[in-house]
Amino acid sequence: MTAVVPDTDIRPVLQAKGLVKNYGRVVALDHANLELYPGEVLGVIGDNGAGKSTLIKCFSGAVIPNSGEIYINDELVNLHSPGDSQAAGIETVYQTLAVCPALDIGTNLFLGRERLKPGFLGKYLRMLDLGGMREAARTEMSDLGLLTIQDMGQAVETLSGGQRQGVAVARAAAFGQRVIIMDEPTAALGVKESAKVLQLIRDVRDRGIPVILISHNMPHVFDVADRIHIHRLGRRVAVVTPESHSMADAVAIMTGALESDQTEEEMSRPKLSKDSLSHVGHIAEGPMTSSRPRA
Amino acid sequence: MSGPEDRRPEEASAQARALAVEGEITEADRQTPTTLQRVQRLLHRYPWLAPLAFLAVMLLIFSFGNERFLTPFNASLIVQQVMFVGTLAIGQTIIILTAGIDLSVGAIAVFVSVIMGKLSADFGVPGVGALLVGFMFGTAAGLLNGVLITRLRLPPFIVTLGTLSIFFALNLFVSASTTIDGRDMDPIMTWTGTRIDVPFIETAVPISSFLMLGMFAIMWYVLKYTSWGRHIYATGDDPEASRLIGIKVDRVLLAVYGVAGFIYAVGGWFLLGRLGAASPQAGQDANLDSITAVVIGGTSLFGGRGTVIGTLLGAIIVGVARNGLAISQFTIGEVSIKFDPLWQGFTIGVLVIVFVALDQWVRRVSS
Repeated sequence: MTAVVPDTDIRPVLQAKGLVKNYGRVVALDHANLELYPGEVLGVIGDNGAGKSTLIKCFSGAVIPNSGEIYINDELVNLHSPGDSQAAGIETVYQTLAVCPALDIGTNLFLGRERLKPGFLGKYLRMLDLGGMREAARTEMSDLGLLTIQDMGQAVETLSGGQRQGVAVARAAAFGQRVIIMDEPTAALGVKESAKVLQLIRDVRDRGIPVILISHNMPHVFDVADRIHIHRLGRRVAVVTPESHSMADAVAIMTGALESDQTEEEMSRPKLSKDSLSHVGHIAEGPMTSSRPRA
Repeated sequence: MSGPEDRRPEEASAQARALAVEGEITEADRQTPTTLQRVQRLLHRYPWLAPLAFLAVMLLIFSFGNERFLTPFNASLIVQQVMFVGTLAIGQTIIILTAGIDLSVGAIAVFVSVIMGKLSADFGVPGVGALLVGFMFGTAAGLLNGVLITRLRLPPFIVTLGTLSIFFALNLFVSASTTIDGRDMDPIMTWTGTRIDVPFIETAVPISSFLMLGMFAIMWYVLKYTSWGRHIYATGDDPEASRLIGIKVDRVLLAVYGVAGFIYAVGGWFLLGRLGAASPQAGQDANLDSITAVVIGGTSLFGGRGTVIGTLLGAIIVGVARNGLAISQFTIGEVSIKFDPLWQGFTIGVLVIVFVALDQWVRRVSS
């Protein structure tokens, strides 16, 4: 990371302030806050019904909060539809993947954002640049190390679960200008495919796009996340790092067995990387034991 | 606060890469398909191959049944028979691609032909005006289906079953169940029935047949090369995914039903030319025949899969099957076989079931 400035100058890319969402009497979000900083993977964990899905859907435009504000680069935004969210540079990899199985890889990558051919064909006949889109799809897939799939004209349903996940991630990576959200990306996958998806998450982060990872799988979250946002009863109760807390601690906070005494201000702090630590000379809470390889 | 004991990220990561590579190899190893699997994949990729092959076989068999079968004159007969159903089947194709179905297709087309004929013959509306009103009415009728489906969330089958009854009843009411003679109308109303000579084959073919082929070409282009076409496939394939991706699914559906209604109206105009009259009782079989053409053409009733070229082949297959069975005579030894006309309906029924079963099998393809 390149941050050579004091931590107070690192501004969140995506920020939620006091989001509230009720479904009838059920309070799914109770003044929830969240900060996502540049270049990080933010894990979001929480028990079933804690409201993490609702929180994430507020960012992807699938749920509109009753009150509260969402900022992108300190700018207030209104996300009323998936289209709004995409236009704001937020891409979501849904648990269901949201790919169309009968359509080919190239089409799926550009669905809803097709490219037209230049000149007369595109302008007056609305002709799509099918070849160009396939070529771009191939580039994107190869950038993510997914070029085991040779044929971009292949239907997505002919791919394995991990490869389909790869298509969904590639789409997000191709269009995610600011933030990529991944909802349970490893839930339906085997060990090998999960490992590949975790690597994809690191690769995306290393390309400079911060990632929000929602998962029930603690080892996966602790493997890739820089900070871990713990959601409980509709709000953030703690933000930990894999270095500061064990998985057992995180689960204890998540279920309420352990009370966190963090203040909102502490939870909203960015984590300082090794580089910025050496420059700023400020040590975050807990020992820094890991240096993850950044390919 | 304690650090995690047994977590070594570097190692885990290296392991992950190794595992990922290993995964690729095993996937590649599994790909040694049998001949049957190859056929399945081929049909999966090119859904129009099956109807094309079937058509070729049928042409071969019927050419032995009657020496006149493979003549330009007979071909032009088949094309004329296919024209009306083929046109309607274009609209039916885009609706079935969205996983919908339209049972009101014939009723809309015939009602439009009656409206056009009546406006021109009984009310003296200029030809072009009567045509435009007819086209607008067909589009509105399609949009009505679309509104009921998208706004009230009713299944397309039920909506169009209802509008089938409604439009047919209105059609009988407006026409008073009487046929309007085309000679009382503006010439443009029956213009599409004008025959023009086709060079080289020395046969005359009505203009409507060429217009139908033109419409097939346009729809082929729209489905393959435009965003709207891609969105039709996506909507039929997985509407929820399409919505999350940002496609306005309801808008796509509404447009599809509206465009289909317009195409039915054009079909109604063609019908005026073919019959030389506006007949409220015409086109009763058109509903099921158009669905048959689409299904035989390899378009899946479950949406998201199929081509308009397949539909053209499907419509031709229906026409060829009816025509071939009607004029064929096979002699085996001393036994001579001719086919009673009722076998035509029987054969079409068998074809529908066989091709839907084939689609089900092809859909199960996976790596």
